[in-house]
Amino acid sequence: MLRSIALWLEQRLHITKLFEATAGHKVPLSTNSWFYVFGSGTLLCFVLQILTGTCLAFVYVPSTSQAWTSLQYLNNEQFLGWFLRAVHNWGSIFMVAIMTLHLVQTFLFGAYKYPRELTWVSGCVLFLCTLGMAFTGQVLRFDQDAYWGLGIGASIVGRIPFIGAQLVHLMLAGPTIASETLSRFFSLHVFVVPGMIIALLSLHLRLVLTKGINEYPKPGSLVRKESYGAQYEDLVETTGVPFVPNVIGKDLIFSGCLVIAIVTCALVFGPTGPSGPPNPTLIHTAPKPDFYFLPIYAILALLPAYMETFLLLVAPVLGIAILVLLPFYSGTGEKSYRRRPMAVVVVLLAFLTTGLLAYLGTFAPWSPHMEAWSAIATPPAYVKGRSALELQGAILIQSKQCRNCHSLGGEGGMRGPALDTVATRLTHDQLIRQVIQGSGNMPAYGKNLRPAEVTALVAFMQTLRPSYQPPARDSTQMASR
Amino acid sequence: MTETDQKTDTVQKSDCGCKKLTPAMKPPTRGLNRRNLLLKVGAGLNGLAAAFMGVPVLGYVLSSFTREWPKSWISLGPLDRFPQGETRLAVYRNPVSKPWDGDTAEVPCWVRRIDPTTFQVFAINCTHLGCPVRWFEESRLFMCPCHGGAFYEDGSHASGPPPRGLYEYQHKVESGELKVLGGHLPTLAEPL
Repeated sequence: MLRSIALWLEQRLHITKLFEATAGHKVPLSTNSWFYVFGSGTLLCFVLQILTGTCLAFVYVPSTSQAWTSLQYLNNEQFLGWFLRAVHNWGSIFMVAIMTLHLVQTFLFGAYKYPRELTWVSGCVLFLCTLGMAFTGQVLRFDQDAYWGLGIGASIVGRIPFIGAQLVHLMLAGPTIASETLSRFFSLHVFVVPGMIIALLSLHLRLVLTKGINEYPKPGSLVRKESYGAQYEDLVETTGVPFVPNVIGKDLIFSGCLVIAIVTCALVFGPTGPSGPPNPTLIHTAPKPDFYFLPIYAILALLPAYMETFLLLVAPVLGIAILVLLPFYSGTGEKSYRRRPMAVVVVLLAFLTTGLLAYLGTFAPWSPHMEAWSAIATPPAYVKGRSALELQGAILIQSKQCRNCHSLGGEGGMRGPALDTVATRLTHDQLIRQVIQGSGNMPAYGKNLRPAEVTALVAFMQTLRPSYQPPARDSTQMASR
Repeated sequence: MTETDQKTDTVQKSDCGCKKLTPAMKPPTRGLNRRNLLLKVGAGLNGLAAAFMGVPVLGYVLSSFTREWPKSWISLGPLDRFPQGETRLAVYRNPVSKPWDGDTAEVPCWVRRIDPTTFQVFAINCTHLGCPVRWFEESRLFMCPCHGGAFYEDGSHASGPPPRGLYEYQHKVESGELKVLGGHLPTLAEPL
């Protein structure tokens, strides 16, 4: 009975043929490697995102007046709503991470070379689409960070010459961040970008079938346009095994671990946010992007101002062009990373740079510590045995918010230098000049401090040095003495 | 015998072993010109149909790109709300707001009253990347929490990455109320 049903279906659907052409297609045995599991892992994350995203859309309200409340409802009222949100969030983090590994693996294994140029190009666009999903998804978690994140996006777009203002209106669906902005991002996140991903993914997988998966590269085996096709066919002919069931095992194990890892993270860490309500009048907030955009957030604080617009507008275009066009200027030759030291250096540098910037972005040492002046105590050692004038200065360092940028005893802002040993670096006159006129990144306080206040402040700062180090001296005065 | 089978029969092996078309395999030419004509008309008609559909859709999607958004005068409240010599947070409702905008229609701004008749009204948005700047009465500075920009009390740039001073609203005093010309998010491309 079952057999006849199977036969009936086979005759109608030609399942065997379909299987042979897709899952059962032959791949070189060398691809049965743990390095080849990241593509299927990314795909699995995408499927998980669609599943959880669809469930979240059952409840979520894409309206600026209700979105935040509906997220709270999902977290606290809807049965397992918090879990679905957490899996969606962790799924996105894992998707970006695994996709990055996939990109690095295909780069280091020379998989982008002839004849797989389009596989690479479609993969790069998929990567950008996924980052687009990450940004639009962050907006849908419509809280304070999302609201001001949109403002940051608009400010970046507003730097585009000539049509900046119009592009800001297009992005925000109007002149300000309002209901239509959120509807626009909802539509992008739920319909437009996933649609693009599905279309590109079909092309990507189709190309993997037609052009074959990249063989595990042997050092010294060069890709030549004239001979590669025949070589690959030969390789499949001699060492080819069907992907299912011979090679899929490692993918299955990796995928299983991946889902368990995502669910474990979701269970342990729970959903992210929403943070404070998206009310623009609640200005006591320090907006920060999700971790994927922390390197960009960091670089925007560290760049010299004159480079900023260039780096915001031109560098991404250049970077994407270099990445996408890679197979067209480096499409043949050596594939193995063992013989491509520059490729390895590029990957290491890229990881080091983004990792370091993300680390800096997490702690944001360039931002003033807005509550330091009122919330952090003066270290007792710095007030012990000080004169009345010096103590007055210690009070002024707090009350004039100096500590928002300068730390004492390791606590306070990190935008300016720590003041613990300032007396060893600046003389009395230099301290006065610095306070009154400012310089570099320090505002001038001349207008905001009375002369008596400056005197007290400087008197206190002159006590800030370890007993074993002499105070800073003015060499010109030494000479005249 | 089906039609397909008949066609297969007409394929014969030639001496070289390759397939050769017999005259019977040639597609019928009768009515072909008419078919080509129909294809062309069909393609053309679909192009036209696509334009009929596509142009309005593009117009709908891109309307926010091309549309002009007029600014309007909005009251920030009576003058006595703003003490002389001080800088206070004021809030107005976005003049182009919709009923379902919720809190996002509320726009904050900083009002500085220099003397009884002189005001400065600053946008809340830092000129660097739009984060909300905070006023610090004691040090008389606006500080930005995002990348550490700072502005003096008159809105001019004091330190950090912002490329210019704070955005300043046009304002006027009318029937005892302070009014600003507003209605859009200020950016470098479109300051207030």
